[in-house]
Amino acid sequence: MDHRPQAWGRPRDDIYGAYDGSYLQNSGPKQATQSPVVTGTSVIAIKFADGVVMAADNLASYGSLARFTDVKRLRTFHDNTVIGFGGDVSDMQYLDRLIGEIDIDQEYELEQLPDREAQKSVELMQASNLFTFLRRQMYHQRNEFNPLWNQILVAGFDDEHKPFLASVDLRGTSFTSPSLATGFGAALAQPIMRKYAATDEDAARLTRDQAVDVIKECMKVLFYRDARSLDRYSIAVVTKEGIDLKENEQLEKQSWAFAERIKGYGTQTV
Amino acid sequence: MTSIGTGYDLANSIFSPDGRNFQVEYAVKAVENGGTSIGIRCKDGVVLAVEKIVTSKLLKPGANKRIATVDRHLGVVYSGMVPDGRHFVDRARDESRSWRDTFKTPIPTADLANRMGSYLQAYTLYQSVRPFGITAIVGGFDSELELPVDGEVGSGPSCGAGGKDTSKKHGGPFLYMIEPSGLYWGYYGAATGKGRQAAKAELEKLDLSGEGISLEEAVKEAARIIYVAHDDSKDKEFELEMSWISGADGPTKGKHQEVPKALREEAERLARKAVADEDSDEEEEAKEGEKMEE
Repeated sequence: MDHRPQAWGRPRDDIYGAYDGSYLQNSGPKQATQSPVVTGTSVIAIKFADGVVMAADNLASYGSLARFTDVKRLRTFHDNTVIGFGGDVSDMQYLDRLIGEIDIDQEYELEQLPDREAQKSVELMQASNLFTFLRRQMYHQRNEFNPLWNQILVAGFDDEHKPFLASVDLRGTSFTSPSLATGFGAALAQPIMRKYAATDEDAARLTRDQAVDVIKECMKVLFYRDARSLDRYSIAVVTKEGIDLKENEQLEKQSWAFAERIKGYGTQTV
Repeated sequence: MTSIGTGYDLANSIFSPDGRNFQVEYAVKAVENGGTSIGIRCKDGVVLAVEKIVTSKLLKPGANKRIATVDRHLGVVYSGMVPDGRHFVDRARDESRSWRDTFKTPIPTADLANRMGSYLQAYTLYQSVRPFGITAIVGGFDSELELPVDGEVGSGPSCGAGGKDTSKKHGGPFLYMIEPSGLYWGYYGAATGKGRQAAKAELEKLDLSGEGISLEEAVKEAARIIYVAHDDSKDKEFELEMSWISGADGPTKGKHQEVPKALREEAERLARKAVADEDSDEEEEAKEGEKMEE
C-alpha cells in the first residue's frame, strides 16, 4: 500500500484504478457565477407628473419551480428612492445590505451639521445619486468577471427634483426612459407603457391614478403571458411626499377569455 | 502623588508593588478635567447630554458635535481627550459594521459595550501604547420588535409560530459607561467629567431604578443636571448638547438622534430657572443663618 502523504485520503489505486485528477479543477481559469440560481422576473416602472410608479411580483423562481412566493423585490432608500430588482435574489440581498451601509454612513455625515434645520435643507442622497453608485458597482463587478446577476430599476428624483427613472443590468449597461421594464417585461409591458408615456412630455401629463392603472394593466399582461410570474405583487409610488409601498397586492379583474383562442400546443384536440 | 519618582508610572504593563497601574490612573485624571457628560436610562429610552465648554469665541456655535451616532440605534458621549473620543467612536462604528456583516442585524448595546471595553482594556497592557484619556457613555435602544435581518426578502411560512415564543419580551433601553481601564458597567444613570460628583448626586435623586421616568422628563432632568454640574467660577460659557433614543413607537422611532432644538431650548430655559431658584434659596438661607447668630 502507498503510504506517501500525497496519497492520504485518496482512493487506493490498486482497488479503484488510477485517480482521475481532472475532476479537481485547481488549475485553469477562475470561475465566478455562471448563471443565476433563485431568480425574480420582470420589474416595471413608469414616470408620471409628480413621481414614478414601480411594480414587481412577489415570486422567486428556482429554475421553472415557483420556489418562494412572498419575496419583496422592491426596496426603499431614505424615503425618497425605490429600487426594483430582477434576476438573482441572493445578489439582490447583497446589494440591499450594501445600500443599508451607505444609508448609515450618510447619517454619520449629516449629524455633523450644526443644527437639524440645516440637516433638512441639505440635500439627501437622491435616486439619481444612488443610481450612479449602483451603476459603478455593477460595472465594477462585471470587470471582475463576477457580475451581480441582476437587472435593476431605480426610481425617485434627480438633483433638480424632477422624476427620475433609470436601469442598470449585470453588464453595467445603463439607460433612462419615461418607462422601463426588465426581463420579460421589456417585451410584454414596455409596448403598453410606451402608448401612455413615449416621451417625458407624455409622462408629465399622466396623473398618479393613470400611471398606477397602466402599471396594474401591465402586471396583469405579465401574469397572463410570463410563465415565471405570480398574481401577488408589490407596487410603490414615489412622490415628493415620500414612498407609498404596498407589498402584498392581488391582481384584480383577470380575464382568461383570450386563452380559449390560443392553439398550437398542449393537449388540445381541435 | 505617591507614584512619582518610583518609576512604576512610566509605562503600561508594569504594576506598582501595591497592584496599581499608574498610567491608567493618570488617564482617569485626564477624564476628570473634561466637560461633564451624563446618560439617563428611562422607561422608554435613553438620553445623553454633554457640557461643551466654549474654548474660543471663534468657534461656530452648534458646530463640532460631541455626541456621535453608532449604527442607527446607539449613541456615544465621552469626557476627556476629544481626539481619543473620536477614535473611540470610529472603532465603535467599525465594530457595529463588522457585527452587521457577520450577523446581518444591529449590534445589541451590551455587545458593543463589551467589545469597546475589551478594546480599551487592550490599551492598558502594552508598553508601546497609552490608555484612552476618556470615559465613554454608550446608550442604545435594542429593538423590541422582531426586525427583519439585513437583506431579508420574505416572511417565511404563513402558519405556525416558527419556534417563536411570543410571550417573551425583547430589547429595551440600555446604558453603559466604559472607563480608561476597560471597566464597564450597565447603569440607570451615568456621569463623568469634571462635574460628575454633582451630577451623580442629582442622578441619585431621580427614580430611575423603580418606576422610571419618561423620556421627556429625562431630557429636562439631563439639561438641569448639566447646568447644576457646571462650575461658573472655572468656566464661563458652555453649550449643551443632548441626544435621545426611544423605542419604535417613541419620538425617534428606535434611532439615536439629536434632541429637537425647540425641546432642548425649553429644557435649557427650565434648567436656568431651576439653577437660579436654587441660588436664591441658598442666599436666603445664608441670610437667615446670619440672623440666628445675632
